Formats: sequence, structure tokens, C-alpha cells
Amino acid sequence: MAEIKIKSVAKRFGKVEALKSIDLTIADQEFLVLLGASGCGKTTLLRIVAGLETASEGEIWIGDKRVDQLPPRDRGIAMVFQNYAVFPHLTVFENIAFGLRMAKVDQATIEKRVSKTAELMHIEALLKRYSGQLSGGQRQRVAVARALAMEPEVLLMDEPLSNLDALLRMEMRAELKSVLAESKTTTIYVTHDQVEAMSMADRIAIMNKGEIVQASDAVDIYRNPAHRFVGSFIGNPPMNFLPAKPRSEDTWSVAGVKLSGPNHNAAASASSVEFAIRPEDLIPVSEASEDAFTAQVRVIEPLGSHVLASCMVDDQLFRVVVDSDKSLQQGDTLYVKPMYDRMRWFDSSTERSL
Amino acid sequence: MYPRSLPYLLLLPSLALLAVLFLYPFVLVAWQAISDDGGQFTTAHFSEMLGHWKFGTAFTNTLLLTLAVVPIQIALALYMASLVTGMSRGRDAFLYIWTIPLGISDLAAGIIWLSIFEQTGFLNTFMVGLGFSEQPETFLGYQNKGTIFLAIALAEIWRATAIVLVILVAGMGLIPKEYKEAAEVFGASRWQQFTKVTLPLLKPSLQTAMILRVILAFEVFAVVAALGGTNMPILMGEVYNWQFVLRDANVAAAFALVILGISILCTLIIMWFLRTPKGATL
Repeated sequence: MAEIKIKSVAKRFGKVEALKSIDLTIADQEFLVLLGASGCGKTTLLRIVAGLETASEGEIWIGDKRVDQLPPRDRGIAMVFQNYAVFPHLTVFENIAFGLRMAKVDQATIEKRVSKTAELMHIEALLKRYSGQLSGGQRQRVAVARALAMEPEVLLMDEPLSNLDALLRMEMRAELKSVLAESKTTTIYVTHDQVEAMSMADRIAIMNKGEIVQASDAVDIYRNPAHRFVGSFIGNPPMNFLPAKPRSEDTWSVAGVKLSGPNHNAAASASSVEFAIRPEDLIPVSEASEDAFTAQVRVIEPLGSHVLASCMVDDQLFRVVVDSDKSLQQGDTLYVKPMYDRMRWFDSSTERSL
Repeated sequence: MYPRSLPYLLLLPSLALLAVLFLYPFVLVAWQAISDDGGQFTTAHFSEMLGHWKFGTAFTNTLLLTLAVVPIQIALALYMASLVTGMSRGRDAFLYIWTIPLGISDLAAGIIWLSIFEQTGFLNTFMVGLGFSEQPETFLGYQNKGTIFLAIALAEIWRATAIVLVILVAGMGLIPKEYKEAAEVFGASRWQQFTKVTLPLLKPSLQTAMILRVILAFEVFAVVAALGGTNMPILMGEVYNWQFVLRDANVAAAFALVILGISILCTLIIMWFLRTPKGATL
């Protein structure tokens, strides 16, 4: 049982506030991904949980034990580093056995565990080699095997796939997911790659400027961004945003289109409101109408299954995903209707969803 | 792109200089040690050297001094390098201060320590002044071989530890921080991080530093001359003695070859002992 509780953890480097009071609970055996752009504090948070960095404020609990004052080795964790940190002076076997040797596990158990994890990661043929004789992908497998051999309660992974090429990354992603599902560890996985996050995570915590702006499952994060940042960060292409002007009690005018949205009184505190919609949640219609946006097509990107059209609506960038059967050309005018249940609204001062 | 031969061509002048100024004299010295005045091969010079009463003492003293000085220097430099590497501020200041003795010639260093240990030196003035002893001691007299040895070892450690330090600090700087962190996460104590990760990864630098120090330790001369005079015979001192005092260049050459021989032997031993398996480098 290893539930991880992060309680109001803050971290300052001099005057720079890297983390602002983070609260997060990760359930036993959950796979949580910390997702964010570089510099958002996700790696710092992971390193605080690992004990490689000390928090300026707050507490870390693993299971029933408060660990923030303990050195890494007393926390019951294992970690996979971004650059793998596979020891160059040790063979693959000794690398995987490193943690077990430090824990003074007997030789028979070490051999059993090393061969078991090596088999799991498909590196049993490499056990006698040194790190310098391995490819990046193989080194990555060794780093994961070294962590799994510890049979840790908590596994921390810091962008473990970011140094692999695209194809290998996809392969490792699926493999890691199945290996970790069986291992019964609680995992925190840091990445800046949203596809990686969405495909692997039980739950994604999205970080921005030292804060967790939303923590939920992949579909919820995609469909119901709690924060404007989430909508603009998740999805490729991301959400479209357009300013909305109040019209009547619960209708709004967005680029000349009348749409029903949040009640004005509920949004009263919001100085201004933004309308948001995903590019694929727009339905092209044949002619102009009161409830369709008029979009001037600027760039066409045929992507096989669909076509991505970057358009201008009211002088703002507005992307539309249309079926690849539809013939489009630069300079065309496109009329698109939003799917009503997919429309989202944000308070543009707090950037929170309404 | 330049032709492949260019680096070799550019190195040629230095190679030629080395041949003229090093290789040729070396061959001459070697020949001198094994030939008589008529140009015939002889082992007489070596027999004379081995038969001389000072050879055994000089040989043992040189080896003992090396064995006493080099391990302490390596250990000290490792400790200091670890401290310096862990510093976030003031690192350079400490390095500069520690490397000051490197700027002093070995004879000057010997004289500095002589002024501490001699009969009218600082140490005696202190002891008498503070009432620890009635009268000045003769620390460096012929009856105190142990103290002479200690003073020489101290002077050498003071003088030449910094060169080891510089090499090791540079070597430690090359080890990525992640290895230490990985060791920490996987349960290594601070001491284990040092012995299981830092030390093995430092092997190439350690190798360079040890070879350099051992060779220089076999060649120790001026410090011993200043502090021990004739009371502490060493190999390099004997080379000087036979060449300039006894005027026998052949025996001096034989001594020089002995120093060369043990230097090569020790270098090979260090290289073998601190070898890195293929593919196991940083």
C-alpha cells in the first residue's frame, strides 16, 4: 500500500517561485502523469518526492509515513532518470542489481530478480555488456529494469522516453504501460508529451507556472478543460478561443454568432468571457447563417484522415478540422457550426472555466 | 576538410625535437651505463653501483618515501576534490589557495621547511618560547633519521598534493550529477556513493594523477637535499653525487637507468591496476 500525499508543497529557488503550494493525492497503484511545458515545475515536484530536492514548505507522505525529512534511500522509491543514469562502469547485470546490493539482498535472490526483470524488459542477452555498448533504447530498458528489480512501492519516472526516436518511443510506451500495470506500484511519470500522457495515464495532472491547474483522466481533460491553459495546451491542434460579448441573460455574441452560454449573473464577476471550441467539434454548413461562423481559409494542411484548415474569424486564428473528402482551397470561405454540447466558456481574467 | 596526414605532419617538428633532445641523450646515457671507455659492453658499472654501500639505502629510502607520500597525497586530494566539487560558492578561491605551493620550486619548498625544522628554526623558537622544551632540538641531525624522513614527507605532501587535486577536480567535473543521484535513490550511503560510483568513474583521472606523482616521487631531489643533506641518501641524489662529486658518469648513468626502470614498472602496474574494461567509460 503506497498512497502518495503531497500537502501544500512549495519550492523557491532564491526569489523564483518554482512551485506554489501543490496539493495532490495519488492513490495506491495509480499511474499519475505530471504533464506540462518545460519550466513548469513538474520535474522539481518529482525530485521533491524522490528526495533529491527539499521543499521550501509542505509535506510528502508515502503510505502512512511522512518522508520529506528522509533521505531518498529511506523512502521506498525507485526512479528512472531522463538520461537513464545507467552506471558506465558496471555491467548491465550489476546495474540492475545495484539497488539490491545496496540493500544487502542475498546473491541467490539478486540473480533471480535480475533475470526476472531483464526478461520482462527483453534485455536478458545484454547482461554482460557495459552501458557504452548499448543503444539508447537498450539503456532505457536497463534503467527501467534497475528500478523494477527493487520491486518498489513507488516508481518515479522523469521523462524516460524523451531521448528516444519517435518509433521507439511508441513501442516503449505500450510496453511500459503493460509492464507497470502488472507491477502494482504507484507511479508518478513526468513528461511534456501530451500523447504519451494521455495514452499511459490513469490520471493526468497538468502543471502550469508552478501550479496544478487540473488533475483528471485523459478524456475529461480533453473535453472539459478546467483552465484556459489546459484547452490551449492539450490537443493537437489545441482549442480555438474567441471573445464573447453578452447579449441577453444567457446568450452571447461570438464573432457575430448568437450562442447560448453561461448565465450572465453567474459570469458577472468575470470582466470578460471567452468562448472555446475544439477544431474537430465544428460542422461545416453549405451557406452563411446566423448560427455559423464565417471563416476565411488561410492555410490548408491535408493530413490523410482529415484536413486541418487554419482560418481567420474576426481577425483571430481559428482552426477547423474537416473531412478529407471536402475540397478546400486557400482563400475559400468556410461556414462552420459549433456542436452545442462541446462548447466551453472561460473567464478571461481568472482563466478558469465557467 | 584537411588531408588525414596533416595532424601527423604538424606533430613532426615536436617529434623531431623530442628525438634530438630526449631520445638521443637517453640512448647515450643508456650506452654509457653499459659500456667501458673502449666502447665494449660491460656490467662493471652496474656491479659498482650495486656493490656500493649507499645503493641499498638510497633505493629503500626512495621507495619508502614514495610509498609514504603518494597514498597520502591521493587520499588528501580525493578528500579535497570532493569538498571543492560539492561547493556552490568560493570553489575557485579555494582551488587557487590550495594550488599556491605549485608555484614554488622544489628547492625553495625544501628551504621553507628547513627554516621550520632547523635548530634555530620556527618550530624550535616556538617550543622554547612556549616552554615546551628547555633547549632547541636538532630535528634534522644525523641521529634523527625518522624526523628527517617525516620532514621530507611533510614538505613533499605540502608541495605537490595540489597537482593531484587539480587533476582530480577536473575529473570529478566530468562525472554527470545524475549518477550520484541514481546511486542515492537506489540506496547508497554517502560513502558508498563515493566508493561505488565516484571512485570507479574517476579511474582515468586517478590513473594520470598517480603515474605523474609516482614518477615525480622517484625523482625527488631538491627537497631531500635541503632537509636531509647527506643523511638521507636517495636515488636521484646518488645520480648527482656520482656525476658531479665522484666524477663517474658511467655509474651515474646506471643509477639513472634504475630510476627509469622502476618508473616504467610502476607506470605499468598503475595502468593495469586502474584499467577500464572496454565500453565501460563515461
